[in-house]
Amino acid sequence: MAGFFTSRLFFISLACVVFAATLPFYVSGYVLGLLTVAFYFGVFAMAWDLLFGFAGEVNFGPTFLIGVGAYTAGILNNQFGWSVYLCILLGALASVIAGFVLALPALRVRGPYFGLTTLVAVLMLQNFIVVFADLTGGEIGLTIPDVITINAGANYWIALGFMTTSAAILYGLSQSPIGLVLQASGQDPVQAGALGFNIVKHKLAAFIVSAFFSGLSGALLVFYFGTASVGTVVDVAVGVNVIVSAVLGGRRTVLGAALGAIFLIVAGEFLRPTGELATFIVSAVALLVVLFFPGGFLGAALSREARS
Amino acid sequence: MQAFQILIDGFAISALYALGATGFTLIFGVSGVLNLSHGAIMVAAAVAAWAAASVLHLDTYSGALLGVAVALVMAFATYFAVVKPIQNSRRIPNEEKEIFVLTGTLLWGIMIQELIAYFFTNNAKTVLPIVEGVVDILGVRTPRNEIFTAIVCCLVIGLLWLLVNRTRTGKAVLAASMNPRGVTLLGLELTRIYVVVWAIYGVLAGIAGVLLGMFLGVSSYSVGPLTASAFSIVVLGGLGSVSGSLIAAFVVGYLETVTAYLISPAYRTIPALLLLVFVMYIRPQGLLGRR
Repeated sequence: MAGFFTSRLFFISLACVVFAATLPFYVSGYVLGLLTVAFYFGVFAMAWDLLFGFAGEVNFGPTFLIGVGAYTAGILNNQFGWSVYLCILLGALASVIAGFVLALPALRVRGPYFGLTTLVAVLMLQNFIVVFADLTGGEIGLTIPDVITINAGANYWIALGFMTTSAAILYGLSQSPIGLVLQASGQDPVQAGALGFNIVKHKLAAFIVSAFFSGLSGALLVFYFGTASVGTVVDVAVGVNVIVSAVLGGRRTVLGAALGAIFLIVAGEFLRPTGELATFIVSAVALLVVLFFPGGFLGAALSREARS
Repeated sequence: MQAFQILIDGFAISALYALGATGFTLIFGVSGVLNLSHGAIMVAAAVAAWAAASVLHLDTYSGALLGVAVALVMAFATYFAVVKPIQNSRRIPNEEKEIFVLTGTLLWGIMIQELIAYFFTNNAKTVLPIVEGVVDILGVRTPRNEIFTAIVCCLVIGLLWLLVNRTRTGKAVLAASMNPRGVTLLGLELTRIYVVVWAIYGVLAGIAGVLLGMFLGVSSYSVGPLTASAFSIVVLGGLGSVSGSLIAAFVVGYLETVTAYLISPAYRTIPALLLLVFVMYIRPQGLLGRR
């Protein structure tokens, strides 16, 4: 852990964050808005990577955790008009409870079976949002009366600060003894258990941490958008983007996941002139990375550094 | 009256689900691959059949054949361009190949979906049915096409059963699903068996896709739901178990139809999802799955 503060990765990350923090002084609000969303997305991807890369759980439903956090915060604000911060906190708490519920089958079933359980969780959430349209706004979306701030620069700094803090906590956790136990239990649960580690407790903790950050980020995102809709925080397609980000950036690296998310969103925007082909090109690039650089961006960079 | 209607409609839907899920489960049983581009391949087949009629002005039979051929080509492309490179890759650790195949086929499916949307728009397309008209069964006005769909599905599944259990190639496929190493020790080449399985899969997915296009119509938006429904049917039945998938397809098909008729079409998928979660809790390996 101490080695990290002198490693090249730390200085590069620090330089990136410092540079990113100065952006509001010379780029347009449009770029800031794009990056704000990308940063929240980065937290989704990092939280997913903690579950998959370290606990070895293939979570097809990151948007279940994100959606529960986002909608809880949104509904509380819409129905009761509670303060934004209280709503965000309660959203994150609701997400933690959802993560706990989602973790229960994970401790019983493995691999594809667990993957499907999480996918079903998303589909159920989506169905319930449509069925209880009075409360949730249904397919049209939920209008959220309050926002944190309307200043693009302030929103950007909040998102950047939030992503940096989350990255520090999640990365620290992944490098800590807890992260190592998680990694061991993800790769060989029987052996890790035989060594005397409580796998159930560690996996549950991983789910709760992942859910907390997903929900918090989801809640912050809807207060930035001013609306919550199935298409932006719950849809399976959003979850796919989160997974692709993490694999693209490099699984089991945490920081790479954020990188992948930023790349995915910025690339999607750059390709907007190509119209409907944008998603095609992004998916094709992601597929090529998966096939030829299975370690992802950061994985490839780190292994090169380790070799030299 | 309504009971008969549910019985008939449910049967056609279930048979279609069964056909779609059979190929999916076969591939998993033999090579351990969950092909998440399944929905995209089915939609590609349906769109090809539709384009054959409305763009190339072919008759319905040639259109249907073209659809199946497209699915076959897509299945081979999926295997050779995505699945095989991942399986043979030395840079991906073995225990992570599963998630890479999932991610890879998912991305591949999105690519197919986007291309379809680009060239043929997102609009829903209905393939002209091979048989037209309506008949009266027990007082229920049933489109002939619906009966045709059900019959073709049952026939194809029956043929598949014969192929797997009664031919030499089929027995090799069956053996590979039981013990791949044993098969190679007997001097059969595993890669060749995989190619055969993907060919069978392509034909099955193609027929299912074309029939779906005739029966309900498809659009590029149906890709995700189709993959998800095949996935859940297969898991409900027990991964890799073909008979389990058939039972699960009928359970899901009827559950959806009953819900749609008796409660509301809006709640159509919810009971099936609840059942799935319930089964996963009490019997994680599915109805007929082996652990």
